[in-house]
Amino acid sequence: MKNVKFLVVGMLFGIILVKSEVISWFRIQEMFRLQAFHMYGIIGSAIVVGIISIQLIKRFQLTTIHGEKIVIADKTFHWGNVYGGLIFGLGWAITGACPGPLFAEIGSGFFVIIVTLLSAIAGTWTYGLLREKLPH
Amino acid sequence: MAGPLIGLIVPALLLLGNKTFGISGTLRQVCAACIPANISFFKYDWKKESWNLFFAAGIIIGGFIATYLLSNAGQVNINPHTTALLQQEGVKDFSGLLPQDIFSFSQLFTLRGFIFIVVGGFLVGFGTRYAVGCTSGHAIMGISSLQWPSLVATCCFMIGGFVMTWFILPYLLQL
Repeated sequence: MKNVKFLVVGMLFGIILVKSEVISWFRIQEMFRLQAFHMYGIIGSAIVVGIISIQLIKRFQLTTIHGEKIVIADKTFHWGNVYGGLIFGLGWAITGACPGPLFAEIGSGFFVIIVTLLSAIAGTWTYGLLREKLPH
Repeated sequence: MAGPLIGLIVPALLLLGNKTFGISGTLRQVCAACIPANISFFKYDWKKESWNLFFAAGIIIGGFIATYLLSNAGQVNINPHTTALLQQEGVKDFSGLLPQDIFSFSQLFTLRGFIFIVVGGFLVGFGTRYAVGCTSGHAIMGISSLQWPSLVATCCFMIGGFVMTWFILPYLLQL
């Protein structure tokens, strides 16, 4: 039951993604063609709020609702960030959806996107299979 | 208003249970739970991180609520220049969030439909795991916590997207 709260946060996220048209293939096209501010405004303002929130959490040394210390693991750079990032970018422009919107599109009744999601899972699985042979 | 609300998910997940915002990890979770196939990358205690499966299920339910229970505009009001360009490149349906003349079961077994529905998804799943994160994990969570590898990854997402949109997609749309 302790995971139900994450289900609720996910629901709110899903509603925001649909209502703000972030899940729209057309919005992603517009973004990559630099013909609208819509997506840049959403992602940019999300980052600003995220930065401020994390600074506040650190400043006031806030804990979780269970009283644990909040820790954010450091990300260490490897070349996968670059190669994988480029590959994801190519895919993002085709599907018009990153992983979050894929789930929201399925909920919105675009059932063919279930195939896209399964294919993304297959992609992740293939990465796991080839991981040791890939440059990082 | 959507952007700041998405931004608030970052502290919400931290405060609710020390969870860092990120969706693409869910795909790894599904692999670990369903098809680990003795691959070391999928041999970990996925149940410990099962919160993100709940989070993903929530997104599906949220998508349903937004579309079927809250009224929705239908057509996306994009820049007319984008519409004109896409029409030129062969997109016909502009009535919903996704062009139905590309993303539908009847298109799945055409070359174009296969590339957009299947190949695109594969690149998303492969690329995000290779990059260790997607738009949520790197662009939002990573940059919010001032991690420079996330900034690098986000720039690469955008470069990949620009290259696809400007140099490859026009040909794919005409298949």
